[in-house]
Amino acid sequence: MFSFAIGKLLRAATVLLGVSFLTFIIGHASGDPVLLMVRGDATAQQKADLRHSLGLDRPVLAQYVSYVGNALRGDLGISYRQRIAVGQLIRLRLPNSLELAGAAFTTAIILGFALGILAALNRDRVVDHAVAGLSILGQVVPGFWLGLMLVLLFAVHWQILPVSGSGDLAHLVLPAVTLALPTLGRMARLVRAGMLDVLNSDYIRTARAKGLSERQVLLGHAAKNALLPLVTQAGLEFGDMVGSAFIIETVFAWPGIGRMVVNAVLQRDFLVVQGCVLVTAAGFVVINLTVDLLYAWIDPRVRGRS
Amino acid sequence: MSASILDVEGLSISFGGPARRKQVVTDVSFKVERGEALGIVGESGSGKTLTMLSLLRLLPRGADARAVRASFDGRDLFSLTPAALHNVRGREIAVVFQDPLTALNPVLTIGRQITEVLRLHFRSSATDARRRAVELLTSVGIPDPPLRLRQYPHEFSGGMRQRVTIAMALAGEPRLLIADEPTTALDVTVQADIVTLIQRLQREKGLTVIWVTHDLALLARIADRVLVMYAGRVVEDAPAGKLFAAPKHPYARTLLGSIRQDAPKRNRAASSIPLTAADAGAAGCPFAPRCAEAREQCRNVSPVLKVYGGDTRAACWALDDGSTRGPGS
Amino acid sequence: MKFPMSLYRSPQTRTGLILLTFVVVVALAAPLLAPFSPVNVDPSARLLPPLSRGLASSAQSGAPAVHAETALHLLGTDSVGRDVLSRLIYGSRLSLTVGFLAVLISAVFGSLVGSLSGYWGGWVEASSAWLIDVQLSFPFLLLAIFLLGALGGGTLAVVLVLALGTWVNYARIVRAQVLSIKNQGYVEAAHATGAGTLRILFVHILPNTLSPICVVGSFSMALAILTEAGLSFLGVGLDPSTPSWGTMLNDGRDYLLTAWWIATMPGIAIGVTVLGVTLFGEGLRELLDPRGLR
Repeated sequence: MFSFAIGKLLRAATVLLGVSFLTFIIGHASGDPVLLMVRGDATAQQKADLRHSLGLDRPVLAQYVSYVGNALRGDLGISYRQRIAVGQLIRLRLPNSLELAGAAFTTAIILGFALGILAALNRDRVVDHAVAGLSILGQVVPGFWLGLMLVLLFAVHWQILPVSGSGDLAHLVLPAVTLALPTLGRMARLVRAGMLDVLNSDYIRTARAKGLSERQVLLGHAAKNALLPLVTQAGLEFGDMVGSAFIIETVFAWPGIGRMVVNAVLQRDFLVVQGCVLVTAAGFVVINLTVDLLYAWIDPRVRGRS
Repeated sequence: MSASILDVEGLSISFGGPARRKQVVTDVSFKVERGEALGIVGESGSGKTLTMLSLLRLLPRGADARAVRASFDGRDLFSLTPAALHNVRGREIAVVFQDPLTALNPVLTIGRQITEVLRLHFRSSATDARRRAVELLTSVGIPDPPLRLRQYPHEFSGGMRQRVTIAMALAGEPRLLIADEPTTALDVTVQADIVTLIQRLQREKGLTVIWVTHDLALLARIADRVLVMYAGRVVEDAPAGKLFAAPKHPYARTLLGSIRQDAPKRNRAASSIPLTAADAGAAGCPFAPRCAEAREQCRNVSPVLKVYGGDTRAACWALDDGSTRGPGS
Repeated sequence: MKFPMSLYRSPQTRTGLILLTFVVVVALAAPLLAPFSPVNVDPSARLLPPLSRGLASSAQSGAPAVHAETALHLLGTDSVGRDVLSRLIYGSRLSLTVGFLAVLISAVFGSLVGSLSGYWGGWVEASSAWLIDVQLSFPFLLLAIFLLGALGGGTLAVVLVLALGTWVNYARIVRAQVLSIKNQGYVEAAHATGAGTLRILFVHILPNTLSPICVVGSFSMALAILTEAGLSFLGVGLDPSTPSWGTMLNDGRDYLLTAWWIATMPGIAIGVTVLGVTLFGEGLRELLDPRGLR
């Protein structure tokens, strides 16, 4: 198990390096940030001075190396636009994003699992079709559009939830649900299929033949096996969810890093973008690693292989 | 006359919705005496496994099983409440399935899969259950039980796995054991061991065992009585000795011929033509297309089981008029 | 590859096909179907709710005569007076074209990389595998926003970025196919008869990969349409004045509370199209799977 984990960690580290390098290169290719920072009438000399003070006139590779060096120490540079340390900005807004993503992810997983099992147990009946419908809905329309529709319904028409912003639980509901829906739908379908597979398997027949009640069969024998496909998919889903979070945060004016990144991109504030990309990628890597380890824990057959 | 431990009459099983009803088992009847070793033989598709599964209501989705009578020790299996059914399963009637790899849950330890039977049916404490599980593993010949209890199915060899499923089946101290092709998925070298094991356990515990198999040679060694099934029907039911010496039904004779190399040339070999998916409930004898002695009546009217010699039943029109040319008629 | 008739059997696929055909027909016949011009601005008819009529003069010249008289805005107008229905109809063209082109480029590029990396192996394969890992290790949407923001927007950029989102899938399929062919000794035999790499690739590899590529292609297209909507919504995608469903959503967002129809309609249009494409893709997949292609 140990060597399995170490191998995965090493690979993750190289990937992270690659990510940061590519981001750096693209950010540099996107244009001269100095132009956005000075007034229109600045002289060439003033621009050159500014460039020099920011270290932007050094060769690209050197800039990259010092960036990585600083990053490892926690210094992600200073935002061109806002003159605040990038690390500081991220620290301020990341928790909000995590709160939203966390709430959405948990909701999606738990509800997805529950609905999937419900659908499998009530195969071809109304519940099953309702879950299928919900799942399809979550996947064919843009998530943010669903968010807008939910706002129309709950905030404008019935007025029981706020339109946007953050603060308390009421503000969290709509954005979290919107973010969770596509994943919820996919999870439910996956769990349903997996559950049906499991329920048809020989070992479930054996469990019944031993005299276990349906509930004991479901919880004791079926559930753990039905979890397996869920775990792998969950890791992938988190990735999609983080991506969608950027848009959802914008729709609901949620003060997370998603909104910040989008604005930063539009404003060519590429240090902010880089910092966020790095943090997000690191988060991803951690999530994927956790998924791999979790899978190995649930399914003992995996541990043998490396 | 002591009541048989299992008395089945008129059991029929069909699949599919109202539009596409397909009969797979038709009017099966048989009795099993206490302590007997009954063999049920037939090729794939003969309905032998489904018949057994239906008794414990373990049939797959969409199956419909009915019977005039399906009584175990005086109780009708088909009218049990779910709670009562769960009490019969594992505790009074246990099953050993064909493929131990798929029959065991891959993510649970062997120990867990055995002890849960004990905790369920005997309300054993965890410690007592564990102790008993060790005894059970020992009785089926698995070395170092405490270690094995903590292991997962994929860590056992095929033969060991089947021993585990036997231990699991016996954990509930059932009175009837159904062994569904217990050796088919195993290496030839291991098969004999498993058979011997089950026989020994049967003697020790006074079990009644039903062996379901396609291997007639196996039954020759261990069965007291043999039921021959074809296309979802019982075609012959005789004490082992009599069946092997002088089978009455043409199909039984074909089967025996194939293990005795003196097959009557007129009967086409059973294995050379696959059993068609012909509806088991259709009129006429299902074996007619492959039977050398088939006549008009056979194709139109289903044969009825008749008693011969007091202890043998067979369903074949050719037997009545004595025109069959099989030995001993 | 036996295609058409079996596709009809599943009600799912049939629905998908019907929806898809409907949208394609609408896109092709846009000039005939749209009652108004999708781009002409008319400040006098701003923010009209569905089923309202503009002034007779607001009907655009060149529109079919019958509509010029009634000037009925079936789905209302947007913030600068453009007819929502017409923009919706013309929007189908843009969404379908962008989606299709993105998938095409993605499939070609992905197949190329996949076949080369499978064929040559070595560092080509290792580096492309690593690159794929890097790309997949952070959310695609972020990458898309980043690239579009950094390198400028515009239709071509959007198509290329969308292609970036799915090329990996094709690469994987083709690579797997190449590897299995390689293991069967076709390659040596073909070489022995003097066939070049390119010929081998085309004759042996391509036919087997066409089917799974089509399946993946459908799902890619669905994803592309949704992603384009998102990007345009954020303002980094297509130019805001072009009538795409995504830009309409961007437009409608500011008026959600007062003119809900501007944002609602494009979403429904997207949903219908994506549903059609997805059902079609699922039908294709079911068609191909039981034949044991995988």
